Amino acid sequence: MLNYVLRRIALLVPTIIGISICAFAFVRVLPGDPILAMAGQHGVTPERYEILREQFGYNLPIWQQYFDYLWSVMQGDFGISLATKRPVINEFMALFPATMELAFVALLFSVIIGIPAGIFAAIKRGSWFDQVTMGVALTGYSMPIFWWGLLLIIFFSGYLGWTPVSGRIALTFFLRPITGFMLIDTLLYGNWPAFVSALRHLILPAIVLGTIPLAVIARQTRSAMLEVLGEDYVRTARAKGMSPNRVINVHALRNALIPVVTTIGLQVGLLLGGAILTETIFTWPGIGKWMIDSISKRDYVVVQSGLLIIALIVMAVNLIVDLLYALINPRIRVQ
Amino acid sequence: MKLMKALMAATAMVALAAGAAQAKQLVYCSEASPAHFDPGPVTGGNDFDASAHTIFERLVEFAPGSTEVIPALAESWEISEDGKEYTFHLRPGVKFHTQPYFTPTRDLNADDVIFSFERQWKDDNPWHNYLEGMTWDYFQGMDMPKYLSSIEKVDDLTVKITLTEPNAPMLANLAMQFASIVSKEYADQLEASGDLAAFSTQPIGTGPFQFVDYQLDTVIRYSAFPDYWDGKQPIDDLIFAITTDASVRAQRLLAGECDIMPYPAPADLEALKADENLTVQEQEGLNIGYISYNTTEAPFDNPEVRKALTMAIDKAAIIEAVYQGAGQDAKNLIPPTMWSYDDAIPADVYDPEKAKEMLEAAGVTNLTTDLWAIPVSRPYNPNGQRVAELIQADWAKVGVTANIVTYEWTEYRERGKQADRKGPFMIGWTGDNGDPDNFFATLFSCSAIGVSNYSSWCNDDFEAAISAAKTTSDQAERTELYTKAQEIFKAEEPAITLAHSRVFMPMKKTVLNYVMSPLGSHSFKGVDVQE
Amino acid sequence: MAATNQTTGTTAPVSGLREFWYYFSVNRGAVIGLTVFTILVFVAIFAPLIAPHLPDVQYRDALLKPPIWDANGDPRFILGTDPVGRDILSRLIHGARYSLFIGFFVVVGALIVGVFLGVLAGYFRGWVDALIMRIMDVILAFPPLLLALVLVAILGPGLFNAMIAIALVLQPHFARLVRAAVMAEKNREYVTAAKLSGAGHFRLMMITILPNCLGPLIVQATLSFSNAILEAAALGFLGMGAQPPTPEWGTMLATAREFILKAPWVVTFPGLAILITVLAINLIGDGLRDALDPKLKRS
Repeated sequence: MLNYVLRRIALLVPTIIGISICAFAFVRVLPGDPILAMAGQHGVTPERYEILREQFGYNLPIWQQYFDYLWSVMQGDFGISLATKRPVINEFMALFPATMELAFVALLFSVIIGIPAGIFAAIKRGSWFDQVTMGVALTGYSMPIFWWGLLLIIFFSGYLGWTPVSGRIALTFFLRPITGFMLIDTLLYGNWPAFVSALRHLILPAIVLGTIPLAVIARQTRSAMLEVLGEDYVRTARAKGMSPNRVINVHALRNALIPVVTTIGLQVGLLLGGAILTETIFTWPGIGKWMIDSISKRDYVVVQSGLLIIALIVMAVNLIVDLLYALINPRIRVQ
Repeated sequence: MKLMKALMAATAMVALAAGAAQAKQLVYCSEASPAHFDPGPVTGGNDFDASAHTIFERLVEFAPGSTEVIPALAESWEISEDGKEYTFHLRPGVKFHTQPYFTPTRDLNADDVIFSFERQWKDDNPWHNYLEGMTWDYFQGMDMPKYLSSIEKVDDLTVKITLTEPNAPMLANLAMQFASIVSKEYADQLEASGDLAAFSTQPIGTGPFQFVDYQLDTVIRYSAFPDYWDGKQPIDDLIFAITTDASVRAQRLLAGECDIMPYPAPADLEALKADENLTVQEQEGLNIGYISYNTTEAPFDNPEVRKALTMAIDKAAIIEAVYQGAGQDAKNLIPPTMWSYDDAIPADVYDPEKAKEMLEAAGVTNLTTDLWAIPVSRPYNPNGQRVAELIQADWAKVGVTANIVTYEWTEYRERGKQADRKGPFMIGWTGDNGDPDNFFATLFSCSAIGVSNYSSWCNDDFEAAISAAKTTSDQAERTELYTKAQEIFKAEEPAITLAHSRVFMPMKKTVLNYVMSPLGSHSFKGVDVQE
Repeated sequence: MAATNQTTGTTAPVSGLREFWYYFSVNRGAVIGLTVFTILVFVAIFAPLIAPHLPDVQYRDALLKPPIWDANGDPRFILGTDPVGRDILSRLIHGARYSLFIGFFVVVGALIVGVFLGVLAGYFRGWVDALIMRIMDVILAFPPLLLALVLVAILGPGLFNAMIAIALVLQPHFARLVRAAVMAEKNREYVTAAKLSGAGHFRLMMITILPNCLGPLIVQATLSFSNAILEAAALGFLGMGAQPPTPEWGTMLATAREFILKAPWVVTFPGLAILITVLAINLIGDGLRDALDPKLKRS
């Protein structure tokens, strides 16, 4: 197993280098000028412009800029945001928990509903429950989530007034972040009303972000379950007179869940992408919105390092999923 | 260990929250996150709101709701006969904020004033470059280095500023946000500890509110400064809830999540005005949206052609469809609220028939041109693309084919400045200090060609009038000169003056004493909340 | 259930296409999807004939009119008008052209590039394979929407650039699929036989190997078709896709977003159009997968 882990990690090295080249190169070819973008309506003088170019190292040969960048990244320095002059990594750390919390709750929502729905649909294959569930799942899977979010806001926040419009917690609560996860922080402070408030703020964004994973997980669970139910050992168990519940619990479920776990892992990249839209609609202060704002502000350093960090996270999650899969399913390891 | 510490802090915070239940709170849904809290180098209106109008103050200020300059940190001042020496007498007993990160040992004095300007002015000042890649945009943009000769301390409470030549708008410049007075003592403390960057994240000022906390892209909290020289503010806590999307801001206000908000989307105004808990204040904006012809490019080098094309545009339709009632037809370059506005100038008429005749008379047929559309929403032009679509349709009626072009915002402006740019260029301006010079000279002087004179227009008579107005301090005389400038402008039509946008400020009825600033800043000094 | 009966019918050899259609047509969802899709294609092709108005004519006397069932509706405009007085129904009808066009070209683009790279990697293996697959890994490491967003920011906002960006983001899936199929087929007897009889590399790959992984490719292409429409709409929504006044659905949504409270219909209909289109294509995709994938057929 250790051998396999090492091999997998070694395979990642060229990918990581490729990612860093991409992140760096993308930003260099973005149209627009970062120095001019920093200036307001009065602009900067040509002399000052040259001085700034030199200060940021934009006058150096491109390969040297790249190696300088790579070197500082390896030392944990992701640069200083052009707009706020704060270290990019600090901004990232301040905003990432918000995205994580949203993504995690969205995933939880989709797993809690998606897996049972998929299982029942498979067991009652062809029933009205199956048909309705799969119809809803396919609709969810086809949903333009930015539109879905707007509809939910119109209805629940605008029309019914049940949920807050935006933000992470009511402004009356002033809690300095401990972990950055609002739900956990409010509990650590022992502030129950604050926890409720945070939860209320989280509901709509989590539903919107969780819609597509929910659909994917429900569909995947159903087909994995169907496949397992058709396997010989399940048929045998059934033929031996095992009660249907026991068949499902003991044999089918465990085996059916293996591919589902992989599916869940693969949702992480999609969740981070979906977070861009969800955070934009709900003005959720996370990294998705941060990236969008930085692209439009031409904050080179943030875009470059943000892309790099996000890609590394996606890769790390995929690696963990792969390793988990190999752990459950030893056949993979020898391949 | 870290957790224990956090929990201890947490208990303290809960106690604080419980106590704060009785505190008067004002929540402002602001439109963007501030870059940081040093008002000197920042450029955005949202940056200034978050620092210059809460934490900091200046020698002189604009009176609430006007562009008149009134005393602030300077109790009084004298200007010498030749208009070159300004002597400011500082208000005694002005306290700086006390914070966990700084405890002042002295009141405001001349050293603070000198430091506040020298850090922006002198290359060798250790604070001139204290953040990586910083620029003192407004200090440069208002030509301060050109006009400043020296800043001297006469005594602890007297500062003398000497200019290289008389400059009528100077006093108004000193009331602008970039001229905020910061603490020299705090700067020295940070210099000693080596953490210069903290100057922009943990601010110390003399203003009515002091900084409490900033959660990136989420919320800024301030509390009323108890030792403020003008008395403690009626509200206890001021909260900026950062909400970038205009319609989300409106929904938050409607839902009661905030008390007051800036820049509503025109589409939301109706709903906001209809709500019985809200009032919507409104005011003429100190801005202009215009379209610059390139006066060096044929056939736009002919004033008759320019006037004909302007005449072919149905401005009323643009104002209705794009500004949606939040705009006003612009007949002059400067907005009507500004002194020296020439109301005698007739408004542009929409007459496609006559426009067609004029174009034919000038020998222009089958004209095809580019039409530049602003890629982003600006206060003076909420939707450049939509304006362009409307003009395109209007011009088609007089036989002019317009191709809409646009680029990324910085690139757009860079390309627009080029002398050989093809086609009319949509742009605009928001006033900095309420002085007409800030419009006429900045946008249409000969020296601004290649900088912000997008028409490449250099007219001798116009130039003579605005230069004379700049060095004269007599307002009646200046008004006369600017009136002349406006007449020349209209006769020459170097640009289509499109519209001045109206500015709206929706708020709960419980918000008292809020006064809108014509300069577009948002200040909460003196604002109260009814309970 | 229908499938279990079928196992007995293998005695009579049916042609591939007929067998496929049999499996496809028993799937009610797939048939509905196909019907809706056919209507959409029809609407897109004959848009200028069907649409009651031109998509970019501004009726300045009718700004933001609600749909006709509303009391304030204008009988000329069935689904109401947008902020500059354009008929929403006509814009939606013309918008169908853009969405189908986007879906089609993105899929064709991604298919060509993906198949080419996949075949190269799978057939030659070695460093060619390693290089191509590492590049695909890099592309797949970025969240697709984020990558598309950055690419469009680089190329400049616009419909065509958005399509290029989306195609680029989607093609690794094709490449991986084809590579795996090629590797599996390469050493089969029939390929070896063809090789011995002197078939060139290119001929071998294109004519012998590829048709054998057509099934999964078609399913993947359908999936990509709906994905492309969704991503293009998302880019349009973020202001980076088709530029106004193009009646692309996502762009229509984005420019109408400020009217969400005042005029919900300008937001509702374009979104509904996207949902219906994507749903129809996904229904077809499900039907195709069930009909083409023999493994699922069995169960």
